[in-house]
Amino acid sequence: MLKTIISEGLPIDEQLLIRKQTLQNGKGKKRICIVTGIHGDELEGQYVCYELIRRLKANIGNLDATVDVYPALNPLGVDSVIRGIPTFDLDMNRIFPGETKGHQIEYTAYRIVEDLKGADMVIDIHASNVFLREMPQARINAKMADKLIPFAAMLNLDFIWVHDAATVLESTLAHSLNVKHTPTIVVEMGIGMRITRKYGDRLVDGILNLMDKLRMLKNYTPPRITQPIVSSSGEVCFLNAEASGLIIPTVKHSDKVQKGDLLCRIVDPFEGTVLQDVLSPVDGLLFTLRTYPVVYEGSLIARIFSETGGGGDRNAKIRKNKNELQF
Amino acid sequence: MKKEIIFRMKSPYRDEFRIHGYRFGEGEKTVAIVGAMRGDEVQQQFICSQIVKNMIVLEKQGKITPGQEILVIPSANHFSMNIDKRFWAMDNTDINRMFPGYDKGETTQRIAAAIFENVRGYRFGIQLASFYLPGRFVPHVSIMETGFQNVKLARKFGLPYVLLRKPKSYDTAVLNYNWQIFETDAFSLYSGETNIIDKDSAKVTWLAVLRFLNNVGAIHFSMHEGFISHVMKDKDLVTIVSDEAGILFQLRDTGEGIKKGDLLAKILDPFTGETRSEISSPTDGTIFFSLHSPLVHQDTIMFKISKI
Ligand SMILES: [Zn+2]
Repeated sequence: MLKTIISEGLPIDEQLLIRKQTLQNGKGKKRICIVTGIHGDELEGQYVCYELIRRLKANIGNLDATVDVYPALNPLGVDSVIRGIPTFDLDMNRIFPGETKGHQIEYTAYRIVEDLKGADMVIDIHASNVFLREMPQARINAKMADKLIPFAAMLNLDFIWVHDAATVLESTLAHSLNVKHTPTIVVEMGIGMRITRKYGDRLVDGILNLMDKLRMLKNYTPPRITQPIVSSSGEVCFLNAEASGLIIPTVKHSDKVQKGDLLCRIVDPFEGTVLQDVLSPVDGLLFTLRTYPVVYEGSLIARIFSETGGGGDRNAKIRKNKNELQF
Repeated sequence: MKKEIIFRMKSPYRDEFRIHGYRFGEGEKTVAIVGAMRGDEVQQQFICSQIVKNMIVLEKQGKITPGQEILVIPSANHFSMNIDKRFWAMDNTDINRMFPGYDKGETTQRIAAAIFENVRGYRFGIQLASFYLPGRFVPHVSIMETGFQNVKLARKFGLPYVLLRKPKSYDTAVLNYNWQIFETDAFSLYSGETNIIDKDSAKVTWLAVLRFLNNVGAIHFSMHEGFISHVMKDKDLVTIVSDEAGILFQLRDTGEGIKKGDLLAKILDPFTGETRSEISSPTDGTIFFSLHSPLVHQDTIMFKISKI
């Protein structure tokens, strides 16, 4: 059943509507929530919502629980190709848990948390941004790692990135729910403004597998699930552009790379010259790769997971703050 | 005055990006002033330009105290201001969420690192700040309760109000917070407007900065002593939220004294002009903040009232 959980007045003859699809069957008391569309330019989650609802409806007899699917927590953004919140100009994933005496969207954030609170599991699906392509991965705050990794490992992802606790990330939806004892896993996959069906199908398999393990499904045979690499077994290495220009890639996303491999060239389209050869500082797995061609000094080009951590440019590894983790 | 470039970066297609610093006097690092860090902070940029203008005159007159150094960075984000964007032109990140910065990190982390490298170590830090909602404040000094805040110093601006507020989680990445962590007494000055220039409130603000410089002995000349500041906490302000959406018809403005029950604004039906809601004040006091927008959303701040 389609439910409107929030309806707030916009200035002229329109309501801001936050809607969810509730699928319920059997006597099972458990509830899982699938949320996406906090960032209006991230669309990978839209296909997951469609496909998950389609499969559940087709096999509703297997369900023994409640499934709430929220395709768009930022409907104005998704509908107008704006990452943030139109008219408010802030990142919606930096205003949780919201408040009752601020802007309308802060009140909306507050009510979203109220609606999700108490669920047995929340999956918050993100799709990077328009610059970077991401391997299917879960992002988990180090403080929540013990509790969430076993569940994240059921989601058919390639990678689980356990990141340091950063104060600025306390205003995300996931953190706000986790501190309220509502387990929430952030999934990051694909790229902004596009849908990668292969990733979407994999995540739907993963969500159904997780539901099965949580005993929310009956008589269901899950497909084979990928065992993810967990970042705590190695080191995440960041590569940023050292010159402003145009990127010519030489490797593919999700490739295994060797130390010294040429990942891309930064070139000058006015002079026809190479400004920087970007070399891999480590052996590892390229799980984030920039696809947007124009870069400034500092623009993130790639993240590589290295099991050995081996040598290379130390500066590429030391991070003084985690602001660039945008989800 | 020494004009210097504190950060420069080549852009792929635009002119080179440069952040300028204006340094007055030499010696002990006394006061650092940072203006526009967001592309819409035109009022803040204007105020800084007026501070620089006045300081040049004071320097010529020999009124800068020997051995004291004052640094002004009027603008750190004109790449956004020049194209009418609020956040960083390329990736929409906020420089004032990147402190203390990181010189090997993302572009805006590098910008923040360069600014912080230049402004840390000063005894006092002043940031000309803006609010996240469109509206007008009574000019005031805002300080974060980090445990290092200094209310007595905040009074030296001689502005009518000093506002103490509790830091939120994102505040750990703003300039003001990092200044305080690195032992600079830091103040945010809210000057009324943001994306338009209001000469009157701008003047109140730049005079407050000069008064502060005077009161801490960085400059010396005779000027009006200003107000004895009323100190209050964020929670002491009475917030009025809209109960309807529509066209906003403001009747009373920032700075006005009001009585309980006074009609402050109406929210009108955008098709018929009929009144949907009348907003009246629940208390006697002064309008500290008012939303300035022709349209209003439901459940959104319209006014903040100070009881004094
Ligand atoms: Zn996102």
